[in-house]
Amino acid sequence: MREAARTALSRHKTIEGARDALEGGALPDLWPTAKDAGWPGLLVSEEHGGAGLGAFDAMLVMQECGRVLAGVPLLGLLPSTAILDAAGYSDIEPLASGVVRSAWLPARPPGDVIGGWTVEPRGGKARADAPSASVEGDVVTLTGTVAFVPDAPGADLLVAVGVTRDGEPVAAAVPAGVAGVAIEPVVRYDATRSLGHVTLDGATGERLEVSAADLARAWHLAQALLAAESLGAVETTLEMAVRYAKERFTFGRAIGSYQAIKHGLTEVLRRQENARSLLYYAGWAYDDRPDEFALAASAARASAGSALDFASRQNITTHGGIGATWEHDAPLFFRRGQLSRRLLGGTGDAVDRVAGELLAAA
Amino acid sequence: MDLKDTPEQAGYRAKVRAWLEEHTAEAPVLSGPGALTDPDEIVAARRAWQGKLAEGGLAGVTWPREFGGQGLGPIEQVITGQEISRAGVPGILDAIGIGMLGPTIMAHGTGEQKVRYLGPMLHGDEVWCQLFSEPAAGSDLAAVQTRARQVDGGWVLNGQKVWTTNAHFASFGLLLARTDADAPKHKGLTMFVVPMDAEGVTVRGLRQISGEAEFNEVFFDDVRLDADAVVGPVDSGWGTALTTLMFERVTIGLGSESMGYREGRFARAIASDPAACRDPEVRERLGEIAADLLAIKFQGYRTITALQRGQIPGPEAGLAKVTVVNAAIAAGELIADVLGPDGLAEDSEWAYMISFLPGLKSAGGTEEILRNTIGERVLGLPPEPRLDKGIPFSELRAKEKEATAA
Repeated sequence: MREAARTALSRHKTIEGARDALEGGALPDLWPTAKDAGWPGLLVSEEHGGAGLGAFDAMLVMQECGRVLAGVPLLGLLPSTAILDAAGYSDIEPLASGVVRSAWLPARPPGDVIGGWTVEPRGGKARADAPSASVEGDVVTLTGTVAFVPDAPGADLLVAVGVTRDGEPVAAAVPAGVAGVAIEPVVRYDATRSLGHVTLDGATGERLEVSAADLARAWHLAQALLAAESLGAVETTLEMAVRYAKERFTFGRAIGSYQAIKHGLTEVLRRQENARSLLYYAGWAYDDRPDEFALAASAARASAGSALDFASRQNITTHGGIGATWEHDAPLFFRRGQLSRRLLGGTGDAVDRVAGELLAAA
Repeated sequence: MDLKDTPEQAGYRAKVRAWLEEHTAEAPVLSGPGALTDPDEIVAARRAWQGKLAEGGLAGVTWPREFGGQGLGPIEQVITGQEISRAGVPGILDAIGIGMLGPTIMAHGTGEQKVRYLGPMLHGDEVWCQLFSEPAAGSDLAAVQTRARQVDGGWVLNGQKVWTTNAHFASFGLLLARTDADAPKHKGLTMFVVPMDAEGVTVRGLRQISGEAEFNEVFFDDVRLDADAVVGPVDSGWGTALTTLMFERVTIGLGSESMGYREGRFARAIASDPAACRDPEVRERLGEIAADLLAIKFQGYRTITALQRGQIPGPEAGLAKVTVVNAAIAAGELIADVLGPDGLAEDSEWAYMISFLPGLKSAGGTEEILRNTIGERVLGLPPEPRLDKGIPFSELRAKEKEATAA
């Protein structure tokens, strides 16, 4: 899985594309690659035309995408397919094959301090209420705004989470083209990351028969996927920095021979391996310990997020001034880390969730 | 990586669990009501318990059958450890002997040494200690100065060792000594078996921050050793020591998780304080500590998977120790902040932990040395230039003295 993903992505100039896109260039279109590799159907069961693989395999693909800053719209897609598959959504086959692309409107499940289902706000520290929902038979009508939705621009179908008047979460499959749906594309700091502010104004969609636990699971799955993608970026920055530390000489010896550099890079390695171990935990818990998945995925997100921050800064520092120039690749990974840590509740929220899960169990 | 037992492993686990259920009542009680308090009684009871574990096949799991072990793999060893921990009974007393020193004797000892020493070691009849570190040889272990001088029919030992766990009740020690000071540092060393009751051996407890003495200093004054005390070739003790250190890494790699620094234990210390439970700063600190400790738990499984594939854990296992120790230090800080000065009461478990950790940072290789080794062996970064290569040890010492005098 890993090797195949790496080979498929290596045919595209994704890192150069990441830089060009910051100046308005077009990103390489990786959707055909994703379709050929079967990634859209990773989390769709086999009887629905998918690959029927687990979170672990999805995380491996995300990790490979992260290694080369590939902008494949999986962060928005995979949680949506997990919900649609759980709901037994009738029209899932075109999604599994990639003919139709869906995106999930992230909704954070209640925690022990912040109750209620919340979504990303357009700005500020306070989270926004999830869209309001009213249900009539199989039809859900939704009103509200979800900001910074991964991979919303260009999606054909939105998997939205709303809250009914009595506080219950409901999910709906809302075609992106129906009346009352507006998607405003946004790019912030990392041009490889496609984001959109999605406004629902009385938009209607088909009700999805899923439990609150299924919807919470999608949120935690997204945390794990983002963590995996960050881990891939950490791997590349560490390889870059180590290579340079062996080549660059000062005072007659390679800078990697100095403890100041060596210890900084072993710290990157330490954080990288901790994040990797937590992703194993998350991948295992997804299928085998569902009640631990929130803890595992949150811990992975927290660990990988701070690992990428540390690694991308250490990479720039190891390179010296050249590492902070526009032409260099190091800042592209730094940009990736900066934005990633602020998406989907931010890494701070994931750290808080780890504490909340443990305190609740103590 | 597979976190589930195979049918064979599940069968082994059931066997171990059944043995423990049958024998739990015979295990010494070390905490709670009815706990033993006299240090000598504790040691005696734990030795006897180790003997029972050995008879039941729960000690020396990876030792070959010819030496009384089970001839099983590291997975079974880990399963045994998990089951012992689950049963709430003490494990083996002589983890250093069984985990590190016994395997060194198996690799480098003579047939007679294996027959003489391994059985009583396994059964706890004779406890062992590791006589490697010295006041001036810690990170730079090859700088040991304890001298073994060859005499008619044997050797005479003089010098001092330090940080020696269990020396105060050990029967034997495995000792690294300098046998040729005119050879370069790593060349003139030899490994010996030293009977701890030999004339001229003095053991003194070394009190630490907590006030307890878990380590010892050991002094050797004209200690007479027989010729057959040598383990491995004379003047090739560094190679023998590297074997011990390799097994030490395996022990640390599999053991970081089981140092008792668990995220749930730290969460419970805070959970009874509702204000702390809702405090964003407390939660952030706890969340970060817990993520690190959870990572190490699953790194342990990765280590096992590597062992299953026949890979020997490399120096990177040391990073797990760095993570655990620093997470535990942060946990001690957090818990003391939440509990206030009462958390530092001398008899509290947290005061003990807080006192224990600064020293643990240097145990089994300091953090800085671990980072050097990992940077070089795992990341492939070039070593720092060294000033001690190829120079006779005696000359090196003279230079050091000159430099400090200047």
